[in-house]
Amino acid sequence: MRPVTRIDARLAKLKAEGRAALVTFVTAGDPNYDTSLEILKALPGAGADIIEFGMPFSDPMAEGPPIQAATLRALGNGQTMAKTLEMVRAFRAGDNETPIVLMGYYNPIYIYGVERFLTDAKTAGVDGLIVVDLPPEEDEELCVPALAHGVSFIRLATPTSDDKRLPALIRNTSGFIYYVSVLGVTGVKSAAATDVAEAVERIHRHSDLPVMVGFGVKTGDQAKAIAAKAEGVVVGSALVNAVRDSLEDGKPTGRTVSAVTDLVRELAAGVRAARA
Amino acid sequence: MNDIAKPNSYRTGPDERGHFGIFGGRYVAETLMPLILELDAAYTAAKADPAFQAELAALGATYTGRPSPLYLAERLTAHLGGAKIYLKREELNHTGSHKVNNCLGQILLAKRMGKTRIIAETGAGQHGVASATVCARFGYPCEVYMGKLDTERQKPNVFRMNLLGAKVHPVTAGNGTLKDAMNEALRDWVTNVENTYYMIGTAAGPHPYPAMVRDFQSVIGIETREQILAVEGRLPDVVVAAVGGGSNAIGIFHPFLDDPSVEIVGVEAGGHGLDVYNGHAASLNGGRPGVLHGNRTYLLQDDDGQILEGHSISAGLDYPGIGPEHSWLKESGRARYVPATDTDALEAFKLLTQIEGIIPALESAHAIAEAIRLAPTRGKDEIIVVNLSGRGDKDVFTVGKILGFDL
Repeated sequence: MRPVTRIDARLAKLKAEGRAALVTFVTAGDPNYDTSLEILKALPGAGADIIEFGMPFSDPMAEGPPIQAATLRALGNGQTMAKTLEMVRAFRAGDNETPIVLMGYYNPIYIYGVERFLTDAKTAGVDGLIVVDLPPEEDEELCVPALAHGVSFIRLATPTSDDKRLPALIRNTSGFIYYVSVLGVTGVKSAAATDVAEAVERIHRHSDLPVMVGFGVKTGDQAKAIAAKAEGVVVGSALVNAVRDSLEDGKPTGRTVSAVTDLVRELAAGVRAARA
Repeated sequence: MNDIAKPNSYRTGPDERGHFGIFGGRYVAETLMPLILELDAAYTAAKADPAFQAELAALGATYTGRPSPLYLAERLTAHLGGAKIYLKREELNHTGSHKVNNCLGQILLAKRMGKTRIIAETGAGQHGVASATVCARFGYPCEVYMGKLDTERQKPNVFRMNLLGAKVHPVTAGNGTLKDAMNEALRDWVTNVENTYYMIGTAAGPHPYPAMVRDFQSVIGIETREQILAVEGRLPDVVVAAVGGGSNAIGIFHPFLDDPSVEIVGVEAGGHGLDVYNGHAASLNGGRPGVLHGNRTYLLQDDDGQILEGHSISAGLDYPGIGPEHSWLKESGRARYVPATDTDALEAFKLLTQIEGIIPALESAHAIAEAIRLAPTRGKDEIIVVNLSGRGDKDVFTVGKILGFDL
């Protein structure tokens, strides 16, 4: 009962083109609603193949300082779950192909109401979910209902996911598998390309799903090295840091959107050069 | 609230996946999941191992000073003119609170698992001090995460931890209080998962922590039961304990849960009052169920599921959640939970000090406050036991400031 979404269509197309995907993460509402929506709309044109859109949560236990700060900026400017879904709807009005994956923590979804959330997310044009604090042991909470709503549930695999654990991880996963390439929080360390290759191979012994590799990728060269070993590269902290660096007194400037899209262009060029 | 069928026993939880009714569970990042499962297996084996239990009991007797006395507070009883009040003197334990009971259990487990580094979070610093103490005793490096605000209001405990050889990390992330310290400890754990043991200080977090910490703290209730039977020949009518995360409370409650004649009362931090938004730390009376720090439980949160900081005069109680077993005991109706405000706690702190010569921790003063309210309404033949979970030396600066003394 694996849902088929824009994620599958996009990844099939890239596979046919013989190149890896660039998956970009930004936090919804960072630095404020209007600028964040502008960034969201500009991502595909700059070369993002899949968009991960962060649902801000007050206690992001798995995030390093960059995404923690982005979360605080967004919440400080009044971001809510309803507004995040509204942004997806606004994006879909102009783009019906680029997949959107909402990423975050369970509590805001639980409080919004699981059924209501899945209905609203699907209607808004969400393709998949990554919920950091829902391991397969808690699949009944959101994963199984999401599949019933035709929304993919994308699992994180980590260096601690051994051959014994991987089958359980993959069982209800669809769309792709997100390989967290280092032990730790987002945006701090980065992995060696050789370790990544080995891990991707190991995951592929258990699943045909495309593997996107993230954590610690900051530059086009790093993206190129990873894209040579996996079906895709995820970049997040570097993009929210670009937002941060463009701000003046905490407010967006004329450079904020281009700071993000310039980096996305560099990353996209790296990814496209990987298998040329 | 949900209709919960009355169970035959209130002492059998959690199930094998860590659920107490709908509460509990294992809501953690995938990186930690294999370790959580390993911890569960290691604890299950240790629990059944007589050698482990014997070593823990011996340390309790010779290092902590167990059993802690059950003390009849005669002058407090006479002053209130109602039920007899007994105090379970956990404040006499080595390190000055009940926290050491749990830390000794967990350090033995960490040793058994071959871990080489200990991390902990702390609010008031009681758990941090207890963790640093057992790490000194067993020769482990110890790093303690403590909210920056808390390091400022609990300076003596920071120094104590330093003396014991622990490294204290002041946490500035978020608002710099206990929940942020716990987030930061989880971030350390996910980064150093291979060699590090996370010594959680309360009966909360992902399974098996709530059950494991409860087991280590149940020595309080087991002793209390024996002691009251020996001195009074019967069980108490009421058992009262303060609840923040809830480890001292579940420790004294659990052995009494299947005695229907014993009323169980948890006392939450009412702060400035339950009607003040974000002005209290009463998760059960002023929050609703949600998921944080690895478990589903009652949480202080806004309508969008963002966690609130809460407030209490006591740094050890201003945590926005509570151990999942308490959430279940509340919903099942077996225990009731009431708030005591900052002012109530302060009055209780003063009264116990002046009338019994015992300075309680501000956390424990919340439990005393409820006993003060309850005792006059009950007959002189009734018995109330209060868990005096910690001593108040650490709080004299805070209280002095409020009372206008320049310390």
